[in-house]
Amino acid sequence: MTSRKSVLVLGGSSDIGRAVARAFAKAEYDVGLAGRSVAALEPDAADLRARYNVEVGLHTFDVLDIASFEGFVAGLPALPEVVISIVGLLGVQQQAESDLAHATAIMRSNYEGPALILGLLAEKFLSRGSGTLVGVSSVAGDRGRASNYVYGSAKAGFSAFLSGLRARASRGGVHVVTVKPGFVRTRMTEGMKLIGPLTVEAPVVGAAILRAVENKTDIVYVSAKWRLVMLIIKTLPEVVFKKLKF
Amino acid sequence: MTLVSGWGRFPVVDSDVLRPRSLEAVAEAMVSGTVARGNGRAYGDAAIGVARTVAMTGFDRIRWFDPATGCIRLEAGVLLSDLIDTFGPRGFLPFVLPGTRFVSIGGAIAADVHGKNHHCEGGFGRYVDSILLRTGEGETIEASREQNSDAFFATIGGMGLTGIILEATLRLRKVETGWIRERVISASDLDAAMRALDAGDAATYSVAWIDCAARGKDLGRSLIYLGEHAGKDELPAGAAAFPAGKDPGLGVPIDLPSMTLNRFSIRAFNELYYRMGARRAGRSHVVSLYPYFFPLDSIADWNRIYGKRGFLQHQCVIPENGARAVLGEILDRVARRGDASFLAVLKKLGQGDGILSFPLPGYTLALDFPVRGDILNFLDDIDRLVVAAGGRLYLAKDARQSRETLNAGYPALSRFNAIRKSLDPAGNIRSKLSQRLFDEV
Ligand SMILES: Cc1cc2nc3c(=O)[nH]c(=O)nc-3n(C[C@H](O)[C@H](O)[C@H](O)COP(=O)(O)OP(=O)(O)OC[C@H]3O[C@@H](n4cnc5c(N)ncnc54)[C@H](O)[C@@H]3O)c2cc1C
Repeated sequence: MTSRKSVLVLGGSSDIGRAVARAFAKAEYDVGLAGRSVAALEPDAADLRARYNVEVGLHTFDVLDIASFEGFVAGLPALPEVVISIVGLLGVQQQAESDLAHATAIMRSNYEGPALILGLLAEKFLSRGSGTLVGVSSVAGDRGRASNYVYGSAKAGFSAFLSGLRARASRGGVHVVTVKPGFVRTRMTEGMKLIGPLTVEAPVVGAAILRAVENKTDIVYVSAKWRLVMLIIKTLPEVVFKKLKF
Repeated sequence: MTLVSGWGRFPVVDSDVLRPRSLEAVAEAMVSGTVARGNGRAYGDAAIGVARTVAMTGFDRIRWFDPATGCIRLEAGVLLSDLIDTFGPRGFLPFVLPGTRFVSIGGAIAADVHGKNHHCEGGFGRYVDSILLRTGEGETIEASREQNSDAFFATIGGMGLTGIILEATLRLRKVETGWIRERVISASDLDAAMRALDAGDAATYSVAWIDCAARGKDLGRSLIYLGEHAGKDELPAGAAAFPAGKDPGLGVPIDLPSMTLNRFSIRAFNELYYRMGARRAGRSHVVSLYPYFFPLDSIADWNRIYGKRGFLQHQCVIPENGARAVLGEILDRVARRGDASFLAVLKKLGQGDGILSFPLPGYTLALDFPVRGDILNFLDDIDRLVVAAGGRLYLAKDARQSRETLNAGYPALSRFNAIRKSLDPAGNIRSKLSQRLFDEV
């Protein structure tokens, strides 16, 4: 058997998921794609095979179905070297303000589910003594904003989880990467007003994640400009911040 | 509604832009007055729907690839740049490469784009085996030379007016390397340029860059670039068999004031360009495919150097017989006018494949003009010369020709319109271009 590198992408059918899978397949990783519908992932699997001649496996995974997580992990044909969680739900802030079910779905999709599944995989990685876990969080988690604090708070929780997990797992040979993509032109942000110079295309995120995994980076702001923007936003005093229209 | 334009940024018009991700969403997106858009590299109004524009770049998957034959099935939004990056290192390239690699498969088929090899290898459509087409009537059909062949030949070069291309099967070319062996010939005037192109008929790739500021006895002076695919043994020591393509470098961040391009800056640039090229003339050397095929791609957003009002490209083809006189007349008028592009492109074309394909055996000349002053009248006059010589204009570059010019240049138009009608009796597929030039009024 050849010892090929392998990556598992949770949320593989999103635009970023597809871009990440392509970046890793190009770097000769075999790929696992996990999503709610295996049938929906089929075209992406065919794409990866045709382009890069890699093995692609498909797995059913629903981030809201926590009861299925242990079975999902146990059912993986082999424990991959790298697991990347892209799952998330932007939702609609205004709706979430009065619709508890919607708010719950946002919170659970962006924090509870991703944190629990990566936590579970971390235990397996730690017993093996190697591996990389990547969580795609958001700059929106760096400070709660009036316009999207339900989403932002869940991402904040996820970022904090990843940073704690990183501190613990690093002692056991396992690396954890937090990715904060900023604005990405995807299906999720379609129709939103994005600020041109701060916006990147999905393949840029894919390349950045591959680089972060290979260089063992801890926290990645996909566009360097965001690091500066968020530094300013984070350090604004609350009295000033609450008057700003974001 | 969103303001949309083509690469020339003229005209700018309102259209509802949708970017569907699934075939069902494409079907739902079709309303009366819809057209597909690839990567927006057509210059004028071809990729703008009268009511709705369906952007296809989200469809960028490869379905399958057969390395034994070089056959590939892919979605219409895949860009040529993506194909080159992915399959180049595996020894395969598209047979036909236009002057920019940032065009989609759908756009390349719909315009039946030509490359520097049209004179001997034909256009993009020649290497398309079949297409999956969503017609205006709402049917999804597979069309090839054997099956639904009317739809097939009307779609190649049909400027999106037969429906939305969803997928296509193409043949790729096997190559040993991503390098081109190039030979530059300098030609001191138009006669010499045309002779050099004729002599280059046997070369796989040939194109001439004309200094269109040169006048009098220098009229038509140019550099002719001939090219062949290079083998591994021809590469410089240590060179990778497939060179890396760089992302477009620094873009043009703002619209330059249109003063930047004036007859003095153009003259100075062209003088320098011609002299530098002439110095390399005669010898043959090996260059990466990127600068050879896509000289302008290294500057992102270069269309902004023409200023806010945009620019027009005028690309005509003139049948071989009598081409010399007409080309001379056009170049002379352009040189006297003094505000055309730095460089004009002259090349030979062969027979086109689609019913509405632009190429016909002869010479094609492409010129850029900033939108200002009496440019529209000036180009109308040029069109009269083209029509009188039995020539036509390229729809993928057009934003302004008249119905008369179109009708005179494309005798197969009525056959095309009949096929279009049969695929779309209600007339759902309509672009700003078709509204301007084709549709009944
Ligand atoms: C710098 C530069 C150099 C160029 N050089 C050349 C050259 O050397 N040779 C040449 O032939 N052309 C050349 N072109 C023109 C370009 O190749 C064509 O305009 C091509 O059609 C652009 O493809 P696109 O994907 O950007 O399509 P768009 O510009 O978005 O659309 C062009 C046409 O294709 C149709 N279309 C696009 N996608 C689909 C689809 N999925 N289904 C149905 N219809 C569709 C549109 O409706 C429209 O009519 C050049 C353009 C530029 C900017």
